[in-house]
Amino acid sequence: MRYAMAVDTQKCVGCNDCVVACQTENDVPIGHCRDWIVEVTTGTYPDLGLEIRSERCNHCANAPCVRTCPTEASHYAAGGIVLVEEDECIGCKACITSCPYDARFIHPEGYVDKCTFCIHRVEKGQNPACVSVCPTHAMIFGNLDDPNSDISKAMATRKWKSLIPEAGTEPKVFYLL
Amino acid sequence: MIEEIITSGRMNPEIDPVLHVWGWEIPFYLFLGGLAAGILIFSAYFTLRGRQDELPIAVKWMPLSVPFLIGIGLISLLLDLSHILYAWQLFTNIRWESPMSWGAWTLLIITPLSIAWIAIWMEDIFPKWDWKFDEVKTVVKWLKEQRRILAQILILLSIILGMYTGILLSAFNARPFWNTSILGPLFLTSGLSASAALIAYFSKTELEKRLFTRIDIILIGIELFMIVHLFMGHLAGTQVHIQAAQMFLGGAYTVPFWTFVVGLGLLLPVSLELLELKHKFIPAIVPVVLIIAGNLALRFIVVSAGQASRWLY
Repeated sequence: MRYAMAVDTQKCVGCNDCVVACQTENDVPIGHCRDWIVEVTTGTYPDLGLEIRSERCNHCANAPCVRTCPTEASHYAAGGIVLVEEDECIGCKACITSCPYDARFIHPEGYVDKCTFCIHRVEKGQNPACVSVCPTHAMIFGNLDDPNSDISKAMATRKWKSLIPEAGTEPKVFYLL
Repeated sequence: MIEEIITSGRMNPEIDPVLHVWGWEIPFYLFLGGLAAGILIFSAYFTLRGRQDELPIAVKWMPLSVPFLIGIGLISLLLDLSHILYAWQLFTNIRWESPMSWGAWTLLIITPLSIAWIAIWMEDIFPKWDWKFDEVKTVVKWLKEQRRILAQILILLSIILGMYTGILLSAFNARPFWNTSILGPLFLTSGLSASAALIAYFSKTELEKRLFTRIDIILIGIELFMIVHLFMGHLAGTQVHIQAAQMFLGGAYTVPFWTFVVGLGLLLPVSLELLELKHKFIPAIVPVVLIIAGNLALRFIVVSAGQASRWLY
């Protein structure tokens, strides 16, 4: 099983519903976030291009945060989801500096926090909170190893990219183009 | 032209707009760790060469400072931990891939060994020293017999300690400025240079002073070469590495780095030391203070610049 997420950049309008849903579902402390919206404008007026992305931890298959963690607090859970075990985290921040996506932050209680792909929902067969609230259905979550899953089908039929694969991280959040 | 706008959420303090999770604690610790490693390497090496009576400051006296340097370093490391009550978790795992884990374990072993190393020399430096308990006397006698093996282990562990202070940073591919393996040898050399300068300053004999001044000049030469190499490597790298190097070649770090690290921290003291060797009068405190300050500046600037460099996407 390999959990992954695809964000359709043709459908995402940058409404921030995913951000708020995540903050509510996961009780993310005020002033922090586990997912966020990036708008990229390219070109020179009047020939402009716009890409809107909902970004989060990429749950990399070769995760630098798991590699640099001195205590195994950062680890791979079921389906390749990268998690932080709060009681093993010493707050050394090595994982924060080793993440090229800047997806991690220090929870006010001291440990390092980040997106969990809402593993508590996924285990019950539900979608992550961000996916389930998306008003344009721009996000797909599923198992890459199942060729009949929605995400596998989307990846097979659509053009897609991931963020800085050249960093060698093997990210598992994809952007449909 | 690419303009990236983060419209929401990324209000994570210490990450946006520029990553800033490591403050003064980490570079200060890296400095102390490098200095302790340098002192132990010189002491153990000249013991193996049988020159302990010729070079008493380097071999016998300077190691006295090591447990304090490591102790202060550890306190500053602990101050950096945001989940400090769980710090013991460091010693429930050995993580080969994590330099932080290497460092924790190396410190755990090297600290008692450095105390054992001091114990060997106590009676030499304090003639009236008495261990009081027979058990302790037996242990110290045994340690003295194992002096050569202990010296060899110390050299190995100290090289790991000195190198790891740089490798800790170079293991982070996400921060292009750090992501060069030359940081390990550079920090090791710089730690050795600071300890050679300190030994030269404290030494009482002309022989020891001149030897360590000469060693320091060579080490500073190697350091300058490595700094040039660091930028050559980055400039020959990918766009993110080029951009990281440009922070020092016209960007925000240009003035502090080339003034305080290269100018005042390396070129000026090395010139003063060369004059000293030619028997010109140079107040001995001047080069050593410049070198120590340059050492600190190097680590503070490298730690800060690494966090300011990032991948572009």
